[in-house]
Amino acid sequence: MTNITSSPEFTPRQKRGIARIDAFKQRPVLAVSLAIIFIAVLLALFAPVLTTDPAHINPIKRLKPPSSEDWFGTDQIGRSVFARVIWGARVSLLVGLMVALVTTIVGVAIGICAGYFSRLDSVIMRIMDAVMAIPAVLLAIALVAMIGASPLVLVIAISLPEIPRMARMVRANVLVMRAQTFVEAAVTCGASVPWILRHHILPAAAGPILVQATYVLASAMILEAILSFLGAGTPPDVPSWGNMMSEGRQFLQLAPWILMFPAICLGLVILAVNTLGDALRDLLDPNLSPAAGKVGDLQ
Amino acid sequence: MTSVLQLNNLRKVYASTSGPFGLGKKQEVVAVDDVTLNLLPGRTFCLVGESGCGKTTIGRLAMQLTGPTAGEVILDGAKVDSRDKVALRAGRQKIQMVFQDPFACLNPRMTGSQIVGEPLDCLGLATGAARTKRISTLFDQVGLPRTFMDRRPREMSGGQRQRLGIARALAPAPKVIVADEAVAALDVSIRSQILNLLNEVQSKTQVAFLFISHDLSVVRYLADDVAVMYLGAVVETGTADQVFNAPAHPYTRALLASIPATHPSKRSTASGLTGEVPSPFAIPSGCRFRTRCPHATELCGIERPQLRHTGSGQSVACHYAETI
Repeated sequence: MTNITSSPEFTPRQKRGIARIDAFKQRPVLAVSLAIIFIAVLLALFAPVLTTDPAHINPIKRLKPPSSEDWFGTDQIGRSVFARVIWGARVSLLVGLMVALVTTIVGVAIGICAGYFSRLDSVIMRIMDAVMAIPAVLLAIALVAMIGASPLVLVIAISLPEIPRMARMVRANVLVMRAQTFVEAAVTCGASVPWILRHHILPAAAGPILVQATYVLASAMILEAILSFLGAGTPPDVPSWGNMMSEGRQFLQLAPWILMFPAICLGLVILAVNTLGDALRDLLDPNLSPAAGKVGDLQ
Repeated sequence: MTSVLQLNNLRKVYASTSGPFGLGKKQEVVAVDDVTLNLLPGRTFCLVGESGCGKTTIGRLAMQLTGPTAGEVILDGAKVDSRDKVALRAGRQKIQMVFQDPFACLNPRMTGSQIVGEPLDCLGLATGAARTKRISTLFDQVGLPRTFMDRRPREMSGGQRQRLGIARALAPAPKVIVADEAVAALDVSIRSQILNLLNEVQSKTQVAFLFISHDLSVVRYLADDVAVMYLGAVVETGTADQVFNAPAHPYTRALLASIPATHPSKRSTASGLTGEVPSPFAIPSGCRFRTRCPHATELCGIERPQLRHTGSGQSVACHYAETI
């Protein structure tokens, strides 16, 4: 580190870039989990190019074990498990990302309102407490029963119980930040409320928000799988890791690969996302990492 | 000379409730009680007093960080209305603040130029090249190397951070700077540098300082005018020479007697204060200093002494200022 900061031929921006590469070298776990997520996203994106039609039925090749022809074997009606796992990644990741996005945007907005405007605080937080009391699985089953199964309904059903957690966390951070002297200093400089939020409060809360978002992403993927497994999630004609496991369960003794591969994929991706969250928390916490002062650069 | 900052009969009361849901009995703390101050351009006005006497609250009232319960703040000839948020923000160009803690008052995520540029950006005073030029000038003015413009506060020492804080306060070319214990958190060696910097800045820009301090040696060095506060009220005010050379209020005398002498032969025989400051929840009737005053009589418990002129020029709130 010292030789980098003292060498004159790097601009500050380059120096920060080098410091960031160093940060990855020192954290192989972070690098591996990022790689797993990256590969999963790539596979999901290029599923149509990489694989055959996941709904293609081939009754001749039913319940075939993994081979060079069908890498992950085939299921009870001869569909390629490999193709279905890849296509299933689309549903899992899409639902996970959408839930993380919706939860973050809505939760941050609500948390800022509650934390910064003390008059709204108690009203908003009591509503959040009420929402928090709804069990996610029951809400999702109720919504699907009412409206019908679709990824959009799933995203709403999973986001709703996650939003209060995000809002609470953001509110706590905003409360701490707005009491800081430098926020008061900004007020004396003539800063408006949006300016203070954008320049002083959000950058400081960005780390915890990012970390919370990764946890939401992971738990949304698990919940999607649970709901699909229960038959209240993704419709059966769309392959998802959850409904694949549900179908595979019936053939567990005959053809364990039908259940095994989606389960392994789900486990790997969840593990990677959670590890990423942990690593980010360590990296962005000023008490744990010397690089934390540079969080502002990440945005 | 017309004053740049006038505080007229300012009063600030904080209410606190006890018990569940705030249903318990209400208690009121009078943090500032009927304080009138007058700040002239190019001069330094020092507020002195023990901790908890309302010095900082006066600074915050002057800065409009909190609204007064009664009384008015007149900034550069115009009454400040704390409800008119737009005018309030625009008025901040005229009055700026230097904070006590140079670590807490700077956002650790911002660079030097972002910090100093903040008032320029927020008040829309300068953009682009003019902004850069103004920031460079300010860095020169407070004696910070221009290379510090890209540094974050964590890469600076305490004195350098306080210089940055002063540069930020100077950025919009204010008429008044409120400095709340601006050197209290600094090392003694750095302290004198910062005090000299403040003097230098004042002679160049004719800015008026409202300097809040408990440190009498700093006040003696810096002040043109002094107000001594006790339990939320001003007990004595005048020019620094008047107050320091001929203190008229018993509290001022006791404060001055508490300064450690620099030479054994100069050691004062006058006694310091005994007893504790009374609770601000229960301010004594009449003269608020009577519980600790060696000269208190029955009259002091009945009638509250008002600030009045004495022969030597300053104003004192004591019934017996001339006789004791």
